[in-house]
Amino acid sequence: MENQNKLIVSSAPHIHEGSTVKNVMWNVVLALTPALIFSVYFWGIRALILSLTGAITAVLVEALIQKLRKVPITVHDGSAFLTGLLLAFNIHVGAPLWLPIIGAIVAITIGKQVFGGLGNNPVNPALVGRAFLLASWPTRMTAGWVAVKGYTMSGINNFNTIATNFEGTSQKAYDLITSATPLKVAQTLRDTTFVSEINAEAGIDLAGRIFSGLTEMETLKNLFWGNIGGCIGEVSAFALLLGAAYLLYKNIIEWRIPLFYLGTVFVLSFAFGSIPGSEPSLMLPFFHIFSGGLLLGAFFMATDYTTTPVTKNGRIIFGIGCGVLTIIIRLVGGYPEGVSYSILLMNVFTPLIDMITMPKAFGKVKK
Amino acid sequence: MRLKTFPGGSHPPDQKHFSSSEPITELPLAEKVVIHLSQHIGAPSTPFVKVGDEVKKGDLIAGAAGFVSLNQHASISGKISKIGKFLHPTGIMSEAIEITSDGKNEAIQLTDDEDYLTFDPVILRERIAKAGICGMGGAGFPTHVKLSPPKEKPIDTVILNGVECEPYLTSDHRLMLEKGEEIIAGLKVIMRTVGASKGIVGIEENKPDAIDVMQKHCTKEKDLSVIAFRLQYPQGAEKQLIYAATRRKVPAGGLPMEVGVVVQNVGTAYAIYEAVRYQKPLIDRVISVTGSMVKSPKNLRAPIGTSFADLVDFCDGLKGELGKAISGGPMMGFAMPSLEASMGKGSSGLVLLSPQEAHSIEEHTCIRCARCVDACPMNLMPLGIVNAVKYDDAKMAIRAGLGDCIKCGSCAFVCPAHIRLVQWIDTGKIRYAAELRN
Repeated sequence: MENQNKLIVSSAPHIHEGSTVKNVMWNVVLALTPALIFSVYFWGIRALILSLTGAITAVLVEALIQKLRKVPITVHDGSAFLTGLLLAFNIHVGAPLWLPIIGAIVAITIGKQVFGGLGNNPVNPALVGRAFLLASWPTRMTAGWVAVKGYTMSGINNFNTIATNFEGTSQKAYDLITSATPLKVAQTLRDTTFVSEINAEAGIDLAGRIFSGLTEMETLKNLFWGNIGGCIGEVSAFALLLGAAYLLYKNIIEWRIPLFYLGTVFVLSFAFGSIPGSEPSLMLPFFHIFSGGLLLGAFFMATDYTTTPVTKNGRIIFGIGCGVLTIIIRLVGGYPEGVSYSILLMNVFTPLIDMITMPKAFGKVKK
Repeated sequence: MRLKTFPGGSHPPDQKHFSSSEPITELPLAEKVVIHLSQHIGAPSTPFVKVGDEVKKGDLIAGAAGFVSLNQHASISGKISKIGKFLHPTGIMSEAIEITSDGKNEAIQLTDDEDYLTFDPVILRERIAKAGICGMGGAGFPTHVKLSPPKEKPIDTVILNGVECEPYLTSDHRLMLEKGEEIIAGLKVIMRTVGASKGIVGIEENKPDAIDVMQKHCTKEKDLSVIAFRLQYPQGAEKQLIYAATRRKVPAGGLPMEVGVVVQNVGTAYAIYEAVRYQKPLIDRVISVTGSMVKSPKNLRAPIGTSFADLVDFCDGLKGELGKAISGGPMMGFAMPSLEASMGKGSSGLVLLSPQEAHSIEEHTCIRCARCVDACPMNLMPLGIVNAVKYDDAKMAIRAGLGDCIKCGSCAFVCPAHIRLVQWIDTGKIRYAAELRN
């Protein structure tokens, strides 16, 4: 027989389903494009410029570091691009261009390459970048946010029916509704100074009305489609869910972490999310799920492979942990939003979670 | 209705279309056969012949070297031309007996005991042992050993494995279509031998015609049933099959008899039937010669010891440059260095792939995606085992499941980093053999 010597000899299995790391990473980028398209639609080309700035900086920095480390340059695998994109998604459209650049540099160097690159970083690099920016330029990160044209920052449109009857306090309420993100409004209302500055009884009444305004169907619709103010990638719940559905369908992310993360937020926000003066409502958990960075975090960052548990039960613990921390930060913490810090914190616990949830082999009896 | 299955696993494309509609064809007389002395798990057989001896088809040429060993018989008539090292279907060189045909194909006298089902289990077991039968699904465990469970482990159920979950292979499928009645007869023999009251034939859903045929043969028997399983790899792995069929979990490190079950491949059941009724030794079997590179894929009934090259020739040769020749299926089979190797009792298929299909990309760093964890039918941590082997940590490797791995290949099949998980695990199994025994 001819060509016998050329036969390939290798260990089984001899076939592969065809997935590659590169394929996975670019698919996640693809899944993020609806969110990017929505934000460009809402805020114009600047959203795209900021996003690409973050992504391209990350790619260049990774290539440079790999060159210095004298290791193969692997930026084509898409992981650096994804990190940069996710970082930029956590920045608002009014931010200066250097913000995503510095963020991406920090994300790739301190968040990823110092540990040896893809697969070895203990915490999510994009979130490291974001945490660094938030700690270094807190006002740049949170001031100058822009609402979607024709809508308010908070998504509450019917200001008149909520607050016009409150003599002398209407302006304050109006400012809050139009210039703060939904979660910031919720945080401000929970803060007693807002109430006491007005006068006790009327204050509670007003706070309650605004709070109810947050969970009205109209507001939730604005939250869902993205007619609010927010960070570039977080703005439209719909666009994020579209991308998430794609990743779930393609088997790229697994359901446990997002489900238990969102489920925990759902339950806890329903139980504890209300404020005095407002009726507890089933809309409240939806408000918490659609607002802020929760969907972006739950589907695209808490599912990051390297920094989350590999065991099935570990993923459940991770999701619940993220949910509990998010709610604690949102309801009692100093920040209006807690998604990125909760994921970062849970990332740190990942090795421990993997260790204690190591699966029992099929047929193994518990000792 | 939701079909029965097991947790975990993967979904390789089944690729059965190459040969599933090809009826079983007899291979014309081969010029030479090479009968390996190690076609099974256990001690290699002891040769009873020397070079120059004349043998008839069916003559005993090597005997079992102990209880867990096997008899080997001449699969053609002719002269012993060499005893020495030959290429084994697993790709290694191994001791074997070569027979050069005399062209006469003269066979030993067979009997016909129509009342074989009334025989005492001791006689049945004896005839099976004499015929040199081992598991024909691939693992090759001597059948008479499997059918001799100790008294304190009563067997109530026999499962015939007609799942054939390996992609490409269709030999069991064809055998069920063409020899269904004989397979059921074999099942009854097995049940009688181990004293089981229940017989199950398990078949994957992608073989509806085989399910129909086997069901027809079972209609009059209230103790026998056919179960259709979901198309999911490795549905035919013993522990997974038992779980899917009976919901019983074979204890880790234990044998199916611990849960009162014996599993036999349908091909083995057919060989058992022939052995007890006709006293015919296991000297031929059905093998699928398939894959994109063979001109005419076929299911062949070929003498044990036929070279793979002869099989390919009978299938009109190759279409072009061959990339990989796999003995067995593509998930657990062995890539052979050449087609010179000869088929053994466990050779269910020869899969011929193109260089493109055989191409594999370099290993990437593990990105901890956990797809291996989700795909593992044994509920292990494949990436944990591999990392432990890489860092030479025997304790961790065993904790992550090294000893329980059945090497089905699901993890490596889905790994986006293309890490050779099975190869690393094999390395671990060899390197930590002593630790695993403790």
